[in-house]
Amino acid sequence: MTTTASFRWREPSILPGFGLAMGITVTALSLIVLIPLAGLFVKAASAGPADIWAVATSPRTLAALRLSFLGALFAALVNTVFGLILAWVLVRYDFPGRRLIDAAVDLPFALPTAVAGISLAAIYAPNGWVGSWLAPLAFRFTIPFTDVSIGFDGKVAYTPLGVMVALIFIGLPFVVRTVQPVLEELQSDVEEAAALLGANRLRTVFRVILPPVLPALLTGFVLAFARAVGEYGSVIFIAGNIPMVSEIAPLLIVIRLEQFDYAGAAVMATMMLLISFALILAVNLVQARARRRFGDV
Amino acid sequence: MSVAVTIEAIEKRFENFPALRGVSLDIQPGELVALLGPSGSGKTTLLRLIAGLEEADRGRVLFGDIDTRALSLRDRRIGFVFQQYALFKTMNVADNIAFGLRSRPREERPIASEISKRVKGLLELVQLPGLEKRYPSQLSGGQRQRVALARALAIEPRVLLLDEPFGALDAKVRKDLRAWLRELHGRVGHTTVFVTHDQEEALELADRVAILNAGKIEQVGSADDVYDHPATPFVCEFLGEVNKLPVKVVGSQAFFGDRPVLGGLSQNQGGPASLYVRPQHLRIVDETPLALPGTVEHLRRNGPLRRAEVAVEGLKKRLDVDLASQVAPAIGERVRLRITHGNLFAAA
Ligand SMILES: Nc1ncnc2c1ncn2[C@@H]1O[C@H](COP(=O)(O)OP(=O)(O)OP(=O)(O)O)[C@@H](O)[C@H]1O
Ligand SMILES: [Mg+2]
Repeated sequence: MTTTASFRWREPSILPGFGLAMGITVTALSLIVLIPLAGLFVKAASAGPADIWAVATSPRTLAALRLSFLGALFAALVNTVFGLILAWVLVRYDFPGRRLIDAAVDLPFALPTAVAGISLAAIYAPNGWVGSWLAPLAFRFTIPFTDVSIGFDGKVAYTPLGVMVALIFIGLPFVVRTVQPVLEELQSDVEEAAALLGANRLRTVFRVILPPVLPALLTGFVLAFARAVGEYGSVIFIAGNIPMVSEIAPLLIVIRLEQFDYAGAAVMATMMLLISFALILAVNLVQARARRRFGDV
Repeated sequence: MSVAVTIEAIEKRFENFPALRGVSLDIQPGELVALLGPSGSGKTTLLRLIAGLEEADRGRVLFGDIDTRALSLRDRRIGFVFQQYALFKTMNVADNIAFGLRSRPREERPIASEISKRVKGLLELVQLPGLEKRYPSQLSGGQRQRVALARALAIEPRVLLLDEPFGALDAKVRKDLRAWLRELHGRVGHTTVFVTHDQEEALELADRVAILNAGKIEQVGSADDVYDHPATPFVCEFLGEVNKLPVKVVGSQAFFGDRPVLGGLSQNQGGPASLYVRPQHLRIVDETPLALPGTVEHLRRNGPLRRAEVAVEGLKKRLDVDLASQVAPAIGERVRLRITHGNLFAAA
């Protein structure tokens, strides 16, 4: 597939409303998004090249960014798999308590993030309900012929693992709620057609059912990821916030603000913004391509 | 390759609603059978039962002498064309058609070059050569229909089942596809069952027509059989237009009121009955015995035919009469009608 290089406005419809809609869009977008972001760039730039470089490459900054982005990525991936399965179960099966679970999916949306964070921290703390049960599961082994050792030391709260638990918690509804309507709309006759053509269940699921869901799944993934990158409230209680280990980037920004290092905070914020923007844009491009190809039948 | 299909005393309920109430039907190898009936009569349900997509509460379906309950969906080798086509929209036309071949167990699966050759051949068969790379969203309704058919034919089905194959298409395309399907059936010769609620389509296309009403088969027969010799009042009314006259049978004559309207009856079924007469079987005649007097109240055109509506005393509904071109009564004119052919059913 090739994309055309020339740029053209999409033909405005003959129905009126384009001017008004465009005007409102640009105004609102400017007031709420563009102008504050521009302010951020200006503030960051005011630091001067040397300071910018120092903040951007300091080990603490890099460690925090790495934790935030990799943690968010991992959490979004877990949510994509788990959210898809959850949505599938909610759409396809009828069982007692289905409505209850369906409603519970939205709780991470509604709960104040601090409440979620404190609850998670309490449950996963070494003496908490889940934490005390996880402690005996500690293990560690060295991969043969290498120096790499992997393991789990029985702790979740106050470690990077705790950060991911919180990020998974707050991201789950995004995937479920974007995928659910698409699954509901899937025509059962396509599945029946596949079965009559001789496809086994596995092939039907992966070749027939999932591909049309993929764009929505990708959207859910991006939303969960974006939310997780910026998440603050629920993470800081369970993370333990040990610099270089379990300190997330948003927290480090707040710490810099509290130290009146506004430029430093702005530089970090700008870095987060640019990385997020690039990632989300990439995913959206992939998606737009899929949409164009398959259209709606 | 084609097999005989035997449907034995099938019953099917949805919750408490009886969708099929004891349906039996024998289909010969290579035969083209239409399931015809009004909406909700159970046509789709019967077709899905033959395919194995629904399970019967009672009765069974045989392919040759194999009970289909012993076969998996794959082993039934059914080519099914869904009403909405059910194409895989994330696959292009070639992948759609090849899907069945690629779904076979590894040892039975043709090699890639063989598959693409088969796809090409099938696309030619359905007269869409060169469309391999298109996606379903880039096809017209008629083209989708034919891709769906090619996909169903790719697995070399024992039985081909089509649910309202032309339902979603406009009248012109329907006519073209109808002729094409008839011709295709002549060439490939699958045992084929198709569902339709369009009686013209069923009569024109099928070797035999099975007419369903409220979960029961009312009559099975060739187009001529069911049209000329309807077994039940329902079949008579469902297949084309018909006038209905309440009559009384005495001896070999049918009386409307105290006037004899039809003679030479062989049935010994005295008493009240309903006489069904098609518009083309009413003729305006000069004075004869066995004629029905009436007044022309309306004249209209119905395609190539001219049609008079004649009011008859004692009958609420006007009679539709097809006019031979040379006779042209005026509105208000008194005429006499002779019934040249009618179907008599004892009143319920
Ligand atoms: N899954 C189902 N659950 C409950 N009732 C059903 C189901 N499928 C069909 N029915 C009922 O069974 C009856 C027969 O349905 P069917 O789809 O076979 O009709 P049809 O003859 O194909 O009609 P149409 O021409 O409108 O497609 C209908 O009254 C329908 O409401
Ligand atoms: Mg139907």
